Amino acid sequence: MDEFITMDHGAGGRRTQELIKSLFAASFGMEMPLTDSSVQGFFDGSLAFTTDSYVVDPIFFPGGDIGKMAVCGTVNDLAVSGADPKFLSVSFIIEEGFKLNLLEKIVISMACEAQNAGVRIVTGDTKVVEKGKCDGIFITTSGTGVIKSDRTDTGKGINVRTGDWLIVNGSLGNHSIAVLGSRKGLSFTTTVESDCTSLNHLIENVFQSGARVSFMRDLTRGGLAGVLNELVEMTGKSIVVDEASVPVDEPVRGACEMLGFDPLYLANEGKLLIVAPEYDAEMIINTLRSHPAGSNAAVIGEVVSGTTPNVVALTVTGGKRILDVPSGLQLPRIC
Amino acid sequence: MCLSIPVQILSIEGDMAEVSAGGTIFRAGPQMIGNVSPGDYVLLHAGFAIQKISEEEAEETLRILREIGESS
Amino acid sequence: MTGMKYIDEFRDKDLVNRVRRQIEKNATGTYTFMEVCGGHTAAIRRFGIPSLIPSSISLISGPGCPVCVTGTEYIDRLCASSLMENVIITVFGDLMRIPGTRGVSLKKMKQDGADVRIIFSSLDALDIARRDTDKTVIFAAIGFETTAPGTAVTILQAYKEKIDNFLVLSAHKIMPPAMETILRQGTGINGFICPGHVSVITGSEAFGFIPENYGTACVITGFEPSDILLSVLMLIEQVNSGKPSVRNAYGRAVTSKGNLIAQRAMEEVFRIHDAEWRGLGIIPASGLSPAGKYERFDASVVIPVSVNPSSETNGCICGEILRGLKKPPECKLFSGACTPENPVGACMVSDEGACNAWYKYGEMYG
Repeated sequence: MDEFITMDHGAGGRRTQELIKSLFAASFGMEMPLTDSSVQGFFDGSLAFTTDSYVVDPIFFPGGDIGKMAVCGTVNDLAVSGADPKFLSVSFIIEEGFKLNLLEKIVISMACEAQNAGVRIVTGDTKVVEKGKCDGIFITTSGTGVIKSDRTDTGKGINVRTGDWLIVNGSLGNHSIAVLGSRKGLSFTTTVESDCTSLNHLIENVFQSGARVSFMRDLTRGGLAGVLNELVEMTGKSIVVDEASVPVDEPVRGACEMLGFDPLYLANEGKLLIVAPEYDAEMIINTLRSHPAGSNAAVIGEVVSGTTPNVVALTVTGGKRILDVPSGLQLPRIC
Repeated sequence: MCLSIPVQILSIEGDMAEVSAGGTIFRAGPQMIGNVSPGDYVLLHAGFAIQKISEEEAEETLRILREIGESS
Repeated sequence: MTGMKYIDEFRDKDLVNRVRRQIEKNATGTYTFMEVCGGHTAAIRRFGIPSLIPSSISLISGPGCPVCVTGTEYIDRLCASSLMENVIITVFGDLMRIPGTRGVSLKKMKQDGADVRIIFSSLDALDIARRDTDKTVIFAAIGFETTAPGTAVTILQAYKEKIDNFLVLSAHKIMPPAMETILRQGTGINGFICPGHVSVITGSEAFGFIPENYGTACVITGFEPSDILLSVLMLIEQVNSGKPSVRNAYGRAVTSKGNLIAQRAMEEVFRIHDAEWRGLGIIPASGLSPAGKYERFDASVVIPVSVNPSSETNGCICGEILRGLKKPPECKLFSGACTPENPVGACMVSDEGACNAWYKYGEMYG
């Protein structure tokens, strides 16, 4: 078989068909012959639809790879909106000269994660661009799922009340540090692994427990602080975070202290924020903790009323600081 | 100025030391510190160990902190 | 969680509250203390220190952020150098977004295709030079006495290995002359929280001239919340008793003489010369550059570029803010023309600048 991706693979001819048939369709379990659109059954309920692109560097990192991220990210966007994720599309833009065995690894990783999540990749596209026109490989996934009527407001913030508690399903910052630590040319190494995982089963457990959920969102770019500021903007309420309660693994702490990062602002790929009434918080925590993706779940703050809507963090020593909206990329600092 | 935190020396080989910050491992040039051994703590700044941390002095500062307000 | 040694013990809430209570008792007057260390600015903000002390104590930021006091000319030089063929510019992350003249920045140069790389250490830059022998690597050497010895050690290594494609563009500065400049201008500062890690290198004796010649209190301290509160308490004691001195509250890292190996490396490699501090003007004998047989590592000598001299925008009062004479909201440009996203002056530019901190956390300062 070929060793490298060439322009031919993207031209739509024989090479393209071979690649689709032997790699994509076979790995994703797509029915042949492929049609221009994938036609699925009839579903009862609202339809959720989302899309996202993945351009991570490096493409393989401890705990995951760009393919796994592409599946989890879209599955999670659907799940935190209250949807049951069903079908994904995947679009590859591949640089000429990309090693075929790496592409295989990525595709197999995607197939595995799709199986874990219980979703099907049903349609896709491949384009090959000249050397230098893209960074190895870019992946875009779109996804759709069905939302039950009582869950349609999950991502909207309209049900958030003063006094609601804030919950996260585990330690923050692992993905960012794992990715940064595996970049060449940076003088640190770490055992930290990305938390990249599909959260739809975990979220379904939470809904099934009967607990009331006011709001959910996944904590990707911008981290916890980003989502909390979005929430403040949506609801006009204020939020208080108790920093001492926010779970952060020690190697992540060490890396952050040294590099000048704030774990509250780092991207995660397997973490979400759940806002819920106080009386249901314990049930939600217990439900989360009985699933591997929620073993370190914790209550980390509260929705409060205030004159100026903002996010305030209570520091570990009882002081107060404002968590501002994330501004641009957090760059590693020295001084 | 100066992002610099106490890290623990894991090993020293020639002109490079490996140090740990809570389990994340950094490299540090040990040229500016005298005799240190694995297990010692040093201040890491911009890729260099700039000082060995004194356990006795740290205890002394903690003692001062703990005794504040006791004699007044 | 076992906790991080020499960090968590000094974040203990009980210790912090102990010091807080004592500060409340002893703060019988009004006090203005200046810190001159970006690390202290960041720590004070991060732990919410102003919300833990009475409002009669004012903590102000001086020129302790090396990025903030580096003029636009330096950025212009780096950007111009990045356009040269076969040149790799290596910088600490902080420098990427700093605007030069007409909004040019290293980040923008990189976006336009220049080879600009973020590194953590001058040793990383030397590594790149070793590996990429047909390129010239320029290391942007900013920082005070904490960072300068590292640059010196790297230059010594480059000299030993006869590496000829490694250059340093130095903006290194030393702290005590800037503190003296501020004192000479008579600013009503009762005491300095002295820079913790600069002191590791220089030793506590380097600040002796401050209480001796100017009667201003000094405490050297670390970066954890109890360290900072302890320094506030000790400064209050000095002011109340009328007996200013240099007190070392960071004994676990600072000695009276400092790190002699580091000092010797600096003396071997650098010469001291006048330097421009953004917002403060030219301060005599405050800058460091490679000298003598190490001059061949000085990028400004080996591949000079011509740029326009630095100029400040009308309305920018960074100078007065860096000297502790005015507070950020008193600047006409503050939060209008000058924001963290579009910084005009030095103090807004870095995460450790006074205006940047005030913009984000001003409410908490009261």
